[in-house]
Amino acid sequence: MIPAEFDYVAPATVDDAVRALADAGEEAKVIAGGQSLIPVLRMRLAAPTKLIDLGKIAELRGVREDGDALVIGAMTSHYDVMRDPLIGEHAKLIAVTTSTVADPQVRHRGTFGGSLAHADPAGDLAAPALALDVEMVAHGMDGKRTIPASEFFVDYFTTALRPGELLTEVRVPKYTGWHAHYEKFNRVAQAWSIVGVAAAVQVEGHTIKQARVGLTNMSSVPVRAGGVERALIGQEATPEAIKTAAEHALEGTMPVADGNADIAYREHLAKVLTSRAVTAACR
Amino acid sequence: MTMAAEPEVGKGRLRKEDARLITGRTRWTDNISLPGMLHMAVLRSPMAHARITNIDASEARQAPGVLAVVTGADVADEQGSLPCAWPITEDMKTPNAPSMAVDQVNFAGEVVAAVVARSAAEAQDALEGIDVDYEDLPVVLDLQEAIADDADLVHPDLGTNKSATWIFDSAEAGTGGNVDEAIAGAEVTVERTFRQQRLIPAFMEPRSVVVDPTGEQTTMWSATQIPHILRLMLAMTLNVPEHKVRVIAPDVGGGFGGKLQVTPEEVITFLLARKLGRPVKYTETRTESLASAHHGRDQLQKLTIAARRDGTVTGLKVELLADMGAYLRLVTPGVPILGAFMYNAIYKIPAYHFACTNVFTTKTPTDAYRGAGRPEATFAIERMMDELATELGMDPLEVREKNWIKHEEFPYTTVSTLTYDSGNYEAATARAKELFDYDGLRREQAERRQRGDTVQLGIGISTFTEMCGLAPSRVLGSLSYGAGGWEYGAIRMLPTGKVEVITGSSAHGQGHETAWSQIVADKLGVPFEDIEVLHGDTQSSPRGLDTYGSRSLTVGAMAVLSAADKVIEKAKPIAAHMMECSPDDLEFSGGKFTVRGTDTSTGIADVALAVFAAHDLPDGVEPSLDSDATYDPENFSFPHGTHLCAAEVDTETGQVRLRSYVAVDDVGKVVNPLIVEGQVHGGLVQGIAQALFEEAVYDESGTLMTGTLADYLVPSAADMPSFTTDRTETPSTTNALGVKGVGEAGTIASTPAVVNAIVDAIRHMGVNDVEMPCTPMRVWQAIQGGAQSAAGLGAEPGGGMGSIDPEGGAR
Ligand SMILES: Cc1cc2nc3c(=O)[nH]c(=O)nc-3n(C[C@H](O)[C@H](O)[C@H](O)COP(=O)(O)OP(=O)(O)OC[C@H]3O[C@@H](n4cnc5c(N)ncnc54)[C@H](O)[C@@H]3O)c2cc1C
Repeated sequence: MIPAEFDYVAPATVDDAVRALADAGEEAKVIAGGQSLIPVLRMRLAAPTKLIDLGKIAELRGVREDGDALVIGAMTSHYDVMRDPLIGEHAKLIAVTTSTVADPQVRHRGTFGGSLAHADPAGDLAAPALALDVEMVAHGMDGKRTIPASEFFVDYFTTALRPGELLTEVRVPKYTGWHAHYEKFNRVAQAWSIVGVAAAVQVEGHTIKQARVGLTNMSSVPVRAGGVERALIGQEATPEAIKTAAEHALEGTMPVADGNADIAYREHLAKVLTSRAVTAACR
Repeated sequence: MTMAAEPEVGKGRLRKEDARLITGRTRWTDNISLPGMLHMAVLRSPMAHARITNIDASEARQAPGVLAVVTGADVADEQGSLPCAWPITEDMKTPNAPSMAVDQVNFAGEVVAAVVARSAAEAQDALEGIDVDYEDLPVVLDLQEAIADDADLVHPDLGTNKSATWIFDSAEAGTGGNVDEAIAGAEVTVERTFRQQRLIPAFMEPRSVVVDPTGEQTTMWSATQIPHILRLMLAMTLNVPEHKVRVIAPDVGGGFGGKLQVTPEEVITFLLARKLGRPVKYTETRTESLASAHHGRDQLQKLTIAARRDGTVTGLKVELLADMGAYLRLVTPGVPILGAFMYNAIYKIPAYHFACTNVFTTKTPTDAYRGAGRPEATFAIERMMDELATELGMDPLEVREKNWIKHEEFPYTTVSTLTYDSGNYEAATARAKELFDYDGLRREQAERRQRGDTVQLGIGISTFTEMCGLAPSRVLGSLSYGAGGWEYGAIRMLPTGKVEVITGSSAHGQGHETAWSQIVADKLGVPFEDIEVLHGDTQSSPRGLDTYGSRSLTVGAMAVLSAADKVIEKAKPIAAHMMECSPDDLEFSGGKFTVRGTDTSTGIADVALAVFAAHDLPDGVEPSLDSDATYDPENFSFPHGTHLCAAEVDTETGQVRLRSYVAVDDVGKVVNPLIVEGQVHGGLVQGIAQALFEEAVYDESGTLMTGTLADYLVPSAADMPSFTTDRTETPSTTNALGVKGVGEAGTIASTPAVVNAIVDAIRHMGVNDVEMPCTPMRVWQAIQGGAQSAAGLGAEPGGGMGSIDPEGGAR
């Protein structure tokens, strides 16, 4: 299908992109990897009059270390995130989750920042971002500000980014030595999560010292499973203890029904998958 | 000096068409670009059932690049009614079927207007300038509600939603006993109702059509399975002289029955090209394809089986409701009826009754989809055999064995009047059991059950047969089908000894070019590479009934073979003349006529050259070797096989994982084992997809909720186990090559094997059925013993919608 007509610019710097966005106003949209935006345009669910392509902005790509944190450029592709040695070492949860996203073609084009800005409740990357307490760095005409993940995801496909703001970087605290697993549940290999659970744990001996758990598609936004985390801390990493802790998985969730899962089934899955995600992370 | 070549038939040759198909360096319809060509886009009804009260297209008419905007009212006089070629009963109710709705729409996706513009983008843009006012009519979605006395009607003028009821009864036909008596007197009866969900053929290449009206003949290129039937139907529907139309099916990217159709879009493109006097192209989007190209299956099946305690089946009663959707397309009403002959399957069933009521709903019309009627029948009987075995406490394979036709009983005339020419169910089953490790898996199953493992193992069986090679013209006549079942083939001997083979079959992915070349290479003794197969163009291949129903090899190739025989017969007197001997002294083999008992010989290429020169031919002999033939099969072909599936069910989540799948098929003699393997693999995936993944879901207002490939789950290789395939080979006795069809076998066989495996895995948890597709939620709910949640995506956004945000993306 053919999108409605639009203008296209591809600025070379963040500043130019921010200015272009401000100039174009309400009717403009930013395009990153296009893996979510292009289908929406082609189905004519949206008809922005101008697309501002971030693909030419070199400073938005790549991963670097900044003291206690990693900084992931918004335009870093899923493929690069998955294979990045710094992420593998300090934020393994993001790497393992990204490897479950879509297929190789999509992973080469889709971006980390695009996924987070898109804020699809079924998208996989928001839950680990939330669980790991990352910070979103936004640039607008008024300069730069930082938004904690806990405030970033507002509603279905809605973030705290203001009109005219770009997501430029994601700052991830280091979780060096933590174990991680993303338990994704779907019907065919290339599909969004019906429910997904992101779990990162720090284990000493057999004891869970710290735990971070985030749920995908259990509400209009990703959900931090704080109850589960608290119940895990200090426990022996046994299947029974983990299962007991996973009983807290529904705290703060507000799942909806769809063709793949009604509410009761989704809630059941959240518990089972939380238990499996933590168990796998502990191994 | 040539050596005695190894026969081509039986060689696993790579397909000669693949390089161009895989690289896309070929002519798909959408690649065609003609001078002055215009582009069409169509506006489709978002409503399932409504009266059109007004259409305002004034803005679209003014839009840039637009040459024409037409609505149903504009073409009402010339569009005719889309053809239905299969009036199954004399009193069948057939609604008028306009290509473009005139005053009422009857399914969401029906065309209500069309725009032709200079570019595809302009045509698409202009659609937004058409305003249609609709007045709601009640939707009709549920089969059972549709036939209730006070039901809302899809077509009020017909007075009912029932199109026709078709009945076969073995007592009346004199082929068996009375089924009600069998049931009344049975030691055991089992009754079950199964739902055959609605499926979408989902061919890879969307439908596309180009019409060029600028020549003396109007040429239509279409991504169709049926160029010949399409030409005839265009002539009959639109009242254009048949000889003024040429139809070309260039390379076509899959069909699975979904392109066995005369489509509204073909007709509309034809009308608009004619009106404008310029070539027009239309290519559908994937979403248009999913919503409006015909769907498949969609039946409610009630079966009652009667048996003795020892497992002997004594009767089978089948009562069906079949969803036609809103209109009767080309063979819509006949699809469920094809199943009538297949419920008795491989079994000796002494009393049989089949009744099917065809029902209208406000949904996309259904029609042929890979297997067409036979997968539905096979699913139901194979599920029933498992249910009967459970009821009797017998092994499901043992119950089957007790009832199946034994190899020494062929040819065998069934209770539904077909004569199966050959088969060996014992051999295929024995081989499948061996490859599967049936006994080992049964042991593991028992062990997991005992342990209360969260992952339970089930074994599913499908011992199937099918009728294909459609079809003897006489049989089709007796079923009131609107055409015969013959096929046409021809051979052109070129002066240089190269060969053109013309076939009325119309390949759209099957590999005809390779298989036909192998067959002709053996027959005429010419190299495989020296043969070109021409198809899919009514100009080069003047007659034909096209490709569907696994008919190409068993019918189409027979015509080619018989044309090749005629070439040899024509060449013989000429060769004799050239060698100054009597034709009776000649024998033909390896491409050479040899004078018996000598080493004097003449090659067929030499004869071809002599014929071309025509300087010195025997008196009265026409200077041509070219020959054609039309072959009408005497019988169907009956491939069969035994498929065994091991499925693991995660009882905590309901997720099903196929652990192993063994398919032992008997498709008779094999021309090209690689092509057969490909057909089996693809077929298996499509059948497994029905069991586990695919379903066309409508919401309560009749909108298709699975309108993208993010919602309509077509599986990929990543979702499949690695298949173990093998063959037994019982030649068909009906045709000269001993071949049977293989195009649909995998799809027909695999669906019940998978569902049987799932039910077998969790039967001890109180489950005796899971509705298809067996989604994790349905399996889990079945285990919980809860009511099965009706299918249907909720109205709220969520997981199933993937990243398609109805509001248009991130805010
Ligand atoms: C076939 C397929 C399968 C998929 N499967 C999965 C899956 O399993 N799991 C999953 O999580 N995702 C999946 N996706 C989505 C994929 O991960 C996308 O890449 C991602 O959601 C969006 O990233 P993008 O870079 O393509 O963004 P785009 O599509 O370019 O943009 C998405 C939205 O975000 C906005 N945006 C993008 N970047 C910025 C920015 N820097 N600042 C402000 N706004 C911005 C855009 O304006 C747009 O509204 C799939 C996509 C496809 C096509």
